[in-house]
Amino acid sequence: MDTTVSFVLNGKAVTVRSPRDRMLVWVLRDELGLTGTKVGCEAGLCGACTVLVDIEAVPSCSTTLGDVAGKTVLTIEGLALDGQLNPVQKAFQEHHAFQCGYCTSGMILAAWAFLKKKPRATRTEIVEAMEGNLCRCGAHVRILDAVESAGKAMGGVR
Amino acid sequence: MRRRDFLQGVAAGALTFFFTTPLGSAPIQPTRPGAYPEDFNAYLKISADGRVGCFVGKVELGQGAMTVLAMLVAEELELDPAQVDMCLGDTDLCPWDMPTGGSLTMWHTAPVLRGAAAEARAVLLRMASKTLGAPVADLALKDGAIWVKAAPTRRTTFGELVKGRKMERHLGKVKPKPLSDCTLIGRRVPRKDALAKITGAAKYAGDLRLPGTLHACVLRPPAHGLTLATADTAAAERIPGVRIVRDGTLLAVLHPQPDTARTALALVKGTFEGTEPDVDDVRIYQYLVDKAAPGQRVMISRGDLAVGEKRAATVVEEEYRNAYESHATLEPHTSVAKWEEGRMTVWASTQSPFVLRDAVAEALKLGQDKVRIIAQFVGGGFGGKLVGPGAVEAVRIAHKVPGVPIQVAWNREEDLFLDTYRPAAVVKIRSGLDAGRGAITFWDSTVAGVSQGEAELAYDMQATRYQAPAVPGLHPLRVGAWRAPNAHTNAFARESQLDALAAKAGVDPVTLRRRLINDARLLRLLDLAVETFGWEPAPGPTGRGIGLACGAWRQGLVVALAQVAVDKTTGKVKTERFLEAVDVGLVVNPDGARQQVEGAITMCIGQALSEEIHFKGGRILDKNFDTYLLPRFSAIPRIEVVFADNAAMATQGIGEPPVVPVAAALANAVFDATGARVTHVPFTPERVLEALKRLPTK
Ligand code: FES
Ligand code: FES
Repeated sequence: MDTTVSFVLNGKAVTVRSPRDRMLVWVLRDELGLTGTKVGCEAGLCGACTVLVDIEAVPSCSTTLGDVAGKTVLTIEGLALDGQLNPVQKAFQEHHAFQCGYCTSGMILAAWAFLKKKPRATRTEIVEAMEGNLCRCGAHVRILDAVESAGKAMGGVR
Repeated sequence: MRRRDFLQGVAAGALTFFFTTPLGSAPIQPTRPGAYPEDFNAYLKISADGRVGCFVGKVELGQGAMTVLAMLVAEELELDPAQVDMCLGDTDLCPWDMPTGGSLTMWHTAPVLRGAAAEARAVLLRMASKTLGAPVADLALKDGAIWVKAAPTRRTTFGELVKGRKMERHLGKVKPKPLSDCTLIGRRVPRKDALAKITGAAKYAGDLRLPGTLHACVLRPPAHGLTLATADTAAAERIPGVRIVRDGTLLAVLHPQPDTARTALALVKGTFEGTEPDVDDVRIYQYLVDKAAPGQRVMISRGDLAVGEKRAATVVEEEYRNAYESHATLEPHTSVAKWEEGRMTVWASTQSPFVLRDAVAEALKLGQDKVRIIAQFVGGGFGGKLVGPGAVEAVRIAHKVPGVPIQVAWNREEDLFLDTYRPAAVVKIRSGLDAGRGAITFWDSTVAGVSQGEAELAYDMQATRYQAPAVPGLHPLRVGAWRAPNAHTNAFARESQLDALAAKAGVDPVTLRRRLINDARLLRLLDLAVETFGWEPAPGPTGRGIGLACGAWRQGLVVALAQVAVDKTTGKVKTERFLEAVDVGLVVNPDGARQQVEGAITMCIGQALSEEIHFKGGRILDKNFDTYLLPRFSAIPRIEVVFADNAAMATQGIGEPPVVPVAAALANAVFDATGARVTHVPFTPERVLEALKRLPTK
């Protein structure tokens, strides 16, 4: 049953007519054309579809449209502000923390959600925070390096 | 500039090429399959603003082809790689090429492309010499400009020289710049795909969203060996917008929304017929050995095994196994196909645009010129996207709904079910070491499930026999190339066996290899690895948990050192440190090469420790990443990579070599830690516990 659901997406109010139980990932990709959010497992197991809802990183394949009613959603497309790359994006770029790039949107958003809470994290804490995100190409070491250095850059400005 | 932008530029005629022929959908370069075009214009086109377009039939899988190929062109033409716009994997726009796999890009395509760029440079310099009225020797070039060295105001640009013309002059083979003059090769260069990938702008096949697209979900049999007999689609068709397409045993549910198509598919009731294979993930090894036995052939034979056996003081006989393993690319197979005006266009996640073009033409009985494949950014390949069954499904469906773009995106369950697995295999080796512990007196190896590819390494052996079966259709499940096919299975067996011989004879694994290796390059690499790691070898097991293995993929050599900790109560292996020393000749893009090695080590930690396809009959029991276990962050050790300084040797590929010795190094490390030998890949906690149980109690 289609209903009208409003939320804030990448800083702008949006209203979507869709069933409340439709998964957010399809609303984003199919309805709103934001294809930066990827699909890897549709079961909350790979993190490719990670977005931020309010300040938490969640798998959008396992989050319904109804779940985000009235909330704030951030996708990879909304991360760079006024053409300025986000510190995590910058670090991924500098460290070449990706290969095929299919996990990258999810990785960057998971890292950003974590670092906002804890920019001065230890390597072990970063590993724990990223554990839900899979990378098949094996960019892990660089991703950890990138997250660590992004954390430093963010901690530095506080 | 992103690839899409570039293609849009092409379509809009924004680029002025050497050609006078107008650009449309007609192939620019009539490609003769199986041959690289000799005309450099096929690869390089200069626009009016002087930007260089580079067209190559390879694909960006994440391995960095886009960046390293741009580097080569930029090197010859004295550009920044950012000034080279790459167009990859479009069968209408790019000259014929082989699949992107087997580490062939740097080995085969790179020299061709570099030669084309060198010739273009020479032609441009001659054109400039005429325009500027100065001999070529007096000219300089940089960033698309050419000027007279002594009078820099007398200058011209690539764009001015070429303006809308094809470069008619040909100089034949022109030597690329000598290495001493190169300014890019060997330097870290920013990846060209970085910005697109970190902003989510990079387009994969599933991201195209062509207007009017219908998403097609295909009805799958529950097991391999079964095909569709009857289907009741009534319930599915009650969902508004659903269309059903049937072509033989292929039945697809179409809907404008991907998730609704999936929901509707679940309502289709099918019956299936056929016979499932009668085997499972436990019985598979005996199945392979039995089925292979009558077809075993001697592939290599040297010396007299019986004499060698008599000379041996230490003999080890062991059977090594590996399970079926999935490619499990994070992007499942995805394609979009559109049938329009008698032409089929396919936007695909593929490693092999030209092979796919021919497969599509064959499936639809069309001429090759009636098919265009446009490879998108591909979310991982590893050999899994060398063939394109998903794309063939898409074109079969699209052929029945003219003008409508059809997207077939497998979900994870389909991807695990339909993948062409790394073959399960059994390698049996019986071999002996002499009393002086310096010579392998005999080595008798029989495989089932793979070939003897890369089974030998540069070790002296007095008598050898390698057998492999010639049995077509040996496997009950679909198998295919998986990063360094055959080589990693055979290296696991060989390097484990050597380690076992060394331990049994009480010699350390490095000393034994030093005595056996008959290749100076491998010997140097072994020293480099051991020195960099800082290891004092001692006869195993030492309890330190360090394992060594060597491997090769063609001329590419690797020595791996792993350090592990084994929890003897749970059987869990934790990789703590992993080093690879790699000799692949001249390293063009050191950071890109390093990424490939890091990725291979990481991927193969999964191969060695956790990844296995579980199945019963034709049913694949792994449906998702809850039971098919890829390595996660906590499994990743400190990784070190060192390259041999070997610029004199031509560049070898880097995709496969670093894969080869990983599982063996880890198995040898487990032995060094515990004294127990794991012989079955993956060595899951259960298998490690079994191996520990087999240890004699003290
Ligand atoms: S697609 Fe959502 S977690 Fe994998
Ligand atoms: S970069 Fe390919 S999955 Fe992470």
